[in-house]
Amino acid sequence: MPAEVVNPQLGWNPVRDLSEVLEYHFMVNALLAGSIVAITAGLVGWLMVLRREAFAGHTLSMMAFPGASGAALLGIPAAWGYFGFCGAAALAIGRFTSGERRSWSEQSAGIGAVQALALATGFLFLSLYGGVLGDLENLLFGTFLGVSDGQVLVLLAVAVATLAVLGIVARPLLFASVDGQVAQARGVRVRMLSTAFLLLLGLTVAATSQVTGVLLVFALLVTPAATAQAITARPALGLVLTVALGLLVVWLGLGIAYFSVYPAGFFIATISFAIYVAVRVALGVLPGRSADRAAGLTPPPAPPAPSPPAPVPPVPARGVIA
Amino acid sequence: MGMARGDFVALLGANGSGKSTLLKVVLGALPLAAGRISVLGGRAGAENSMIGYLPQRRTFDQGTRLRGSDLVRLGLDGDHWGLPLPVAWGRAGARRRAARERVAEVIEMVGAGAYAHRPIGECSGGEQQRLLIAQALVRRPELLLLDEPLDSLDLPNQAAVVALVHEICRGAGVAVLLVAHDVNPMLPYLDRVVYLAGGNAVEGPVDQVITSATLTGLYGLPVEVLRASDGRLVVIGQPDAPAHHHDRHVHAPGHAG
Repeated sequence: MPAEVVNPQLGWNPVRDLSEVLEYHFMVNALLAGSIVAITAGLVGWLMVLRREAFAGHTLSMMAFPGASGAALLGIPAAWGYFGFCGAAALAIGRFTSGERRSWSEQSAGIGAVQALALATGFLFLSLYGGVLGDLENLLFGTFLGVSDGQVLVLLAVAVATLAVLGIVARPLLFASVDGQVAQARGVRVRMLSTAFLLLLGLTVAATSQVTGVLLVFALLVTPAATAQAITARPALGLVLTVALGLLVVWLGLGIAYFSVYPAGFFIATISFAIYVAVRVALGVLPGRSADRAAGLTPPPAPPAPSPPAPVPPVPARGVIA
Repeated sequence: MGMARGDFVALLGANGSGKSTLLKVVLGALPLAAGRISVLGGRAGAENSMIGYLPQRRTFDQGTRLRGSDLVRLGLDGDHWGLPLPVAWGRAGARRRAARERVAEVIEMVGAGAYAHRPIGECSGGEQQRLLIAQALVRRPELLLLDEPLDSLDLPNQAAVVALVHEICRGAGVAVLLVAHDVNPMLPYLDRVVYLAGGNAVEGPVDQVITSATLTGLYGLPVEVLRASDGRLVVIGQPDAPAHHHDRHVHAPGHAG
């Protein structure tokens, strides 16, 4: 917390509290950066969860270490090193994992090997550099409350580029993700798309960690998407829910952090985890059921539901028996 | 061998005899080592949008969070770039409605209306198979390539899926090439069978191909074909085919070969 905010207290008037929060430029920037990141990470994360590539995402987030230390060695900004290493790692992982019908365990072994090599490279850079990496702590824990105007613009540019490419490839990518063989037979370039997605994931991870820090990337990348997928199997609704949850989590987290002495990242991760657990428990998904069965007796080409179903529908206890 | 519109042909043979490989050649995914192939009047792979392909299964596990109808929809336009515009008016709106109607129609055709809105991973094997057939059919293909669609289905579901495929084949004039281990569920419907073994193939009507004489000639080993009283065929003595013409179809004890 910056010094001028002396022990802010939550009052009974939420409008006054909100306007107090928005008086500070650093809070506005934090909210802007957080919102940009929540949208991008949500949409990319939804596909990552569907593709079961969370380990690849984790490995890409680890690229902060070789990225920051390499950048320090070369005397360039840490973020550049991060984006560069993320891109290289995405290509390497794509090379290792997108072979013809590569098994899942083989894929994760390949990703693990890439991660180990990249971290080792980071160690080498660090010892060659010989100094103290000031940026590394920022990268690990995020600089949520110190986001500059320039950083917001960079994040916006990265987000727009990522989402534009994602919009173009989304449909064949979804096809390739759930039904690769048929997609391939239909002429979808499954391998190319898989590498392209890893590159987008790398960009998103690097952008997200600018805000949440490397260690908390998954709070925005995985948790909202996993929560949305537990609630619904409809792709459009799922994506909307993911983004809504991400925004909610970021705004709540930042808002609470403003009135507290603890870091924003902690609240963001905790709130998103709490929502995830609450949804899983409420849906009774733990034994393997979902809301779609309980909620939907609608005919298959149901009109797009304008209002998302309540996240906690009154699920009858049938899930336990069925 | 050749196939015409509305033909229902089964492709039989032991594991590793090249049934799936043949389908991939038809799709243009693998080259021919020798010989010539013409698919829908052109080069193999040139007209794949007119082919409905159901790969050897692939089932979807519990974790697959996508509805059956979404999977069918991907079969319709999943290979297009970009996203469909979420509007209800103009050309985009008309396209959207048409796509939705086509998906609903094909789901109705395979009788999957009751569960197409459920996550595909929560559907049973037979339900998934119907949805996948709907996916293969959604673009009104002229040729259906079905790779072991009966595998891992119980007997009533096998019979139902075969009856469905036959109905589509006759009703819509679609040529069907169906890979199977066991010819019995298809016996009432088949036009012809192709039997692959040891690099050779025999083609013809069931009662000419699945006979002791033909299969013995094909394998070069003594193979015996028995016909049960209800018309089912039991093949005995096939090499490297431990469990063909499955035991589960043989009710009388002592038949399991």
